[in-house]
Formats: sequence, C-alpha cells, structure tokens
Amino acid sequence: MIRALVGAIGFALLTTGALADDPVEIGIGYLHGARVKPTLSLIGVPADNDGVAGARLAIDDNNTTGKFLNQHFTIDEKRLKDEDDPAAAAVALAERGIGLILTDLPADALLKAADAVRERGTVLFDVGAIDDRLREEDCRGNVIHTAPTRSMLADGLAQYLVWKQWKRWLLVVGSHPEDKLYADALRRSAKRFGAKIVEERVFEDTGGARRTDSGVTQIQRQMPVFTQQASAYDVLVAADESEVFASYLPYRTWDPRPVAGSAGLMPTSWDPAHDQWGAIQMQNRFIKLNSRRMTAIDAQAWTAVRMIGEAAARVKSPAPKAMLDFLKGPDFSLAAFKGQRLTLRDWNLQLRQPILLADGRMVVSVSPQEGFLHQVSELDTLGVDRPETKCKLH
Amino acid sequence: MWRRHAPLAALAVSILAASPAQAVMAYVSNEKSNTVSVIDTDTWTVTRTIKVGQRPRGIEFTRDGKFVMVAVGDDDTIQIIDTASQKVVDTLPSGPDPELFVQDATGKILYVANENDNTVTIIDLEKRVRLGDVQVGVEPEGMAISPDGKILINTSETTNMAHFIDTTTRQIVANVLVDSRPRFAEFKRDGSELWVSSEIAGTVSIIDPAQHTVTGKITFDIPGMRREAIQPVGIGMTRDGKTAFIALGPANRIAIVDGTSHQVTKYLLVGQRVWHMAFTPDEKYLLVTNGVSNDVSIIDVAAQKVIKTIQVGELPWGITIAQP
Repeated sequence: MIRALVGAIGFALLTTGALADDPVEIGIGYLHGARVKPTLSLIGVPADNDGVAGARLAIDDNNTTGKFLNQHFTIDEKRLKDEDDPAAAAVALAERGIGLILTDLPADALLKAADAVRERGTVLFDVGAIDDRLREEDCRGNVIHTAPTRSMLADGLAQYLVWKQWKRWLLVVGSHPEDKLYADALRRSAKRFGAKIVEERVFEDTGGARRTDSGVTQIQRQMPVFTQQASAYDVLVAADESEVFASYLPYRTWDPRPVAGSAGLMPTSWDPAHDQWGAIQMQNRFIKLNSRRMTAIDAQAWTAVRMIGEAAARVKSPAPKAMLDFLKGPDFSLAAFKGQRLTLRDWNLQLRQPILLADGRMVVSVSPQEGFLHQVSELDTLGVDRPETKCKLH
Repeated sequence: MWRRHAPLAALAVSILAASPAQAVMAYVSNEKSNTVSVIDTDTWTVTRTIKVGQRPRGIEFTRDGKFVMVAVGDDDTIQIIDTASQKVVDTLPSGPDPELFVQDATGKILYVANENDNTVTIIDLEKRVRLGDVQVGVEPEGMAISPDGKILINTSETTNMAHFIDTTTRQIVANVLVDSRPRFAEFKRDGSELWVSSEIAGTVSIIDPAQHTVTGKITFDIPGMRREAIQPVGIGMTRDGKTAFIALGPANRIAIVDGTSHQVTKYLLVGQRVWHMAFTPDEKYLLVTNGVSNDVSIIDVAAQKVIKTIQVGELPWGITIAQP
C-alpha cells in the first residue's frame, strides 16, 4: 500500500521530468525444474540458464523503461530439485512479497504451484509447458501462458504443409506420453486443415544411450529399414518430444521425403535465426548479455517479463491483480518481434502468437499462412479456439 | 574529407543548377538491395541507382539540398551522397546501427537514433564529429524536432515512449507513454501537436507538446482487413496542417486524416507494406515507399488519388526530396 502510494507520487512527478528517490520495486519469481532432458543433437543441449536468460534480458529492458517511470524490476530465480515441492517453492516466493512468478515446470508441478498461491492473488506466467490441458480442462484463472500449446505448434506446421501441398503424411510417433500428446495434436491439425495421415508408425524407445562413438553406422542402416514400404506419402511427420529418434530421420528415410515435426521443419515460438520485424535487435541484445543465442524458452520468458513491464507501465501499479486485469483487457498488446501484436485469449489466458517454422538453420516460414481466415484474429486459426474450449475461468 | 570537399561539391551543384537539371529529385533507400534510387519527379522515372552500404534505411537531404544522408545500419554509419556527382563521398560517425535521424533547422546538428545501444547520438554536421549521446529507452527509432528547435523527440520501440529532449541541455525533460512500438514522430508546423505512430498497436497518438499529454488517438478501421495488419508507420502532414497522410504498412493503404478533427477521411490503396513518404516541394505530390512490392506510389495530393507507380530497388524503405 505504501509502495503503491509512493508509486503514485512518482507518476505525478513524472510529467515534470523529476523522479522520486525511491522507485517502486516489482519483484518477479522464476521457478524452473531440473531440466536434464537429453537431446540427440549436441546443438540442442539447453544451456543452464535456458529461459531465465530471456527473463533477465527483459528485466534489463523493463528497467531501461522503468528509469523513466520510477519502477524497478528484479528477478528471484529458484531451480527446483526433483524432490522439491513446487507448491512450497511458490508459497516461499509469495511470502517474500513476490506476486508474479514465471514457471518453466511440467504441467502437474505448475498446477500445484498455481493452486498453492491462488488465494494470495499471485499470478503465474507459464513460459515452458505446452500442454493443451493447462489451457483447457485444467486451466487456471491465475496462470497466463506465453508458451504456445502443442495444438498451436501442430496447426502452425500443418498450415504450411497444406499450403505447400504436402498433404499426405506418414506419422511416426514415439512411445512416451508427451510424444503421444504431440501426435494427437498433429492428427487434429491434419483433420482441420485437410491433410491425410496415410500411415502411422510407432518408434519404440528401447532405451540406450543417445550418444555413442560409432552410433552413426547403425543409424544409417536402421532408419531406412524403419521407414520402408510405407504407403505413398509427401512428408514424414515425426512426434518425438522425448528426443529418441526424430533427428535421425532426415536424409535417412527409405523414400526421399522431407521430414517435419520434431525434426526437419519444426514449429516453434522463436528461433535463434529469426531476424525479421526488428528481431535482429533483440537477438543482438541477447547475445551481448548472454554470449549465446536465444532459444524458444528464452523468448517465452522474455515475453512474460515484458508483459509484466507493459502492464506495470500502463496501470502504474505493481499490484498483480491490476496487472492481470489489464493484460486480459482490450487495451493490452505486446510488440514481440513477430510482425504483429500479441494479445491474450481472454477465455484461457493463452498468448496469441505467430508460429515460426525453422529447420535448425533458417526460419522457413511463419504461420498463420495466407488464406487461413478467422473472424476475430487469424492467430486464432492456431490452436484450440473459443467455441471449442473446455476452459472455464471463474 | 567531407569538410575539404564540401566547397567543391557546392560549386558543382551551383553549376548543375544552371542547367536544365532543375528537376526535383527524390532519393529512395532500398533496404535489401543496398542501393538508393533517384527519381526525377518531372518524368517519374528512375534516373540513377546509387550503390550504398549495407541496409540503407533513414534518408534525408541536408538543409542546403546539396547532399543526401543515408543511414546504413549494418555498416554502423551514415553515408553522404553528393547530389551533384550522385556518389557516396563521405561518412558520418553515427553510433551503432543508425536507423532514423533528424537535423536541426540550421542543418548544423544531426540527431541519430541508434537502435542497438539505447542512445540518441548528436553529431556536428560541419565538423563531422560526435558531440555526445543521450540515453533513451529500448530501441530508439522515431526522431523529430519541434518547429522552434527547442525540443527533440525520440520514440523508443520497446519502451513505448516519446522522449522529450531539451536541445540546449541535451537532457530528457519529459516522457510520454504511447501505444506499442512507436515508429515515427511528426510535429504540426505550428508546433501545436506531435503525432506518434504505434506500429503494433495500430494507432497514432496526438500529443500536446506543451503539456506532454496524449490528447487523442487516431484509430483505423478498414472493412475486411484484420486488425493486426493495420500497422501505422510513416506520417506526412501538409504545411498548413490540414491534411495528414499515414502509411499503414502491411494494410497496403495510406490513410488520409483531417488534421483538425483527426478523423480518417479516406483510404488509398497503394503497394505492399507501405512505409515512409515525402512531399514534392510544391506539395502537389506525395511519394510513398512500398517495401514488399518494390515500388513507389505517387499520390496526387489535391485529388487524393494514386496516379502512378514506379519500380525501384528491393524493399524500398525511406524517401527524401529536397525542400526549398
């Protein structure tokens, strides 16, 4: 309350150019899990600060703006170990007066954290979990999602494949639960946009190391055999979030066909090669700060902290409730180097965003594709739309 | 070099000026092809294509009309084109990644927005030296000077502000929040209003420069056009302040706005991703750059009609025409 009052005085003085001595402090928490996901390609191994590095860049950006508004942003990072309780971690942050928390946590851990601090009015920003259920049957009124959903990613890819007239898909699915969820999203997309899954195959994870000294010899023999005698198809679409096989497929399919999904042409919210719409400026700032390139999780965390900065500047208050109301309202729009404004779906608090299609080296295209129309926003051709939602925010 | 050759160049221009080359020339920066196209506004033809540095964007005549300055962002400098020889003759010590810039009324001081380091760089145009920097918000872009020369405006794209900078003290005296991604700022000639376009929000804010407050907002509604595609960038206002033209980017249209009521009166269909614009000195014509269609549309200002399209280089971005 006292802080809010000081803030109000700060703003009153602002028009004359003077600043109050004591800036309004806006603390942001950052909870992430023990990310030890192994990847097939060394290039895909995430940095220790994956995600939080993006949040820190946005903190810098917010503070540059904050200089003029007498607001100061800080980040309080906590990495959870496997045995740590996400609910307790969220409560601990809330007890330190932090009302805004970014989370890069699996779905169940995120829900535990969100529910533990709901009564306190804490707002969470999901920057890592792409599960549709968090925006549908398990949606929460205090969780904003800057990460796209699996269905948004799958739709972004499907629109391009259909535009390209690669409508016959060979779908190869991994054997882990998240692979199956991605496959579900891809099947839904195929149906929505008129592609046909001509055949499905399952790639069983039989265990084993992802990195061996002479693995390539075997893979070169295994992958053609695995993909032979398939029904006639235009593109192989792989659902392998678990990083078991998809990256082995390009150039090794029995038939000479492109690969998309978890390898080859991949849908993503951000790519280190993205340079359109002023993105080069953000990429430059990020490299300068972190000495590495910006990933999708970095960008999703940057976006969340920028949303907080934008809300704080507009409502001129550090109160999470006021910020949440602003972000849900019609006056919020964020510039995030994606060529158009990003806004929130008010029915489930998912950030609308274009989906980039990248091949690991270049951004090949950006969805929504031309011709996929919508009465409200073409961005709502990506993912679960309002009429289909199972989310009931109260 | 710039200093030594300047009198020579001036001489060359005065000799040329006596010849039939009285034609008013427009200079267009082509962001992708790294060239500047020169358009003869009598014949509406491209008379020359000048090779410049990498990623030319902001482009302006010097006040004396003898030189054209073009910001080549990827070379971290501003190049000087001699309009007599139509060649690059010199460079200016701008900061990193210059994009847009503005000069004071005398043409002696140049203010440059440097996107990469959150500063506005101040350059002495005669001595060709850097005088100092002003720290502004994230990604400085739009630049304007008040008609009385006292206030410099800079807009910062990620901070979403118009910064008011006192040109004498070089200190920020006020910051006005505008909508997201402010790209361009333009004063009415009588100094009564400052207009700032917000590309991503799709609005133009009208600011009272004395009170430092937003007094109104122009919004755009084009039937059948999705809201996200309406992205206002360049602004051109007639000298009497009665009519304004606003480029709407990927909406492929110029909005004509009543300078008094701030109402949109007409939309003109132009090329794709319309960006910046410049009037001919008699204000009969307005030339606008269309980035994606690689051309420049000529608008008859009185008739409010597009009369011609001229093919230029790839991704035309900025345009400048010498003003008397």
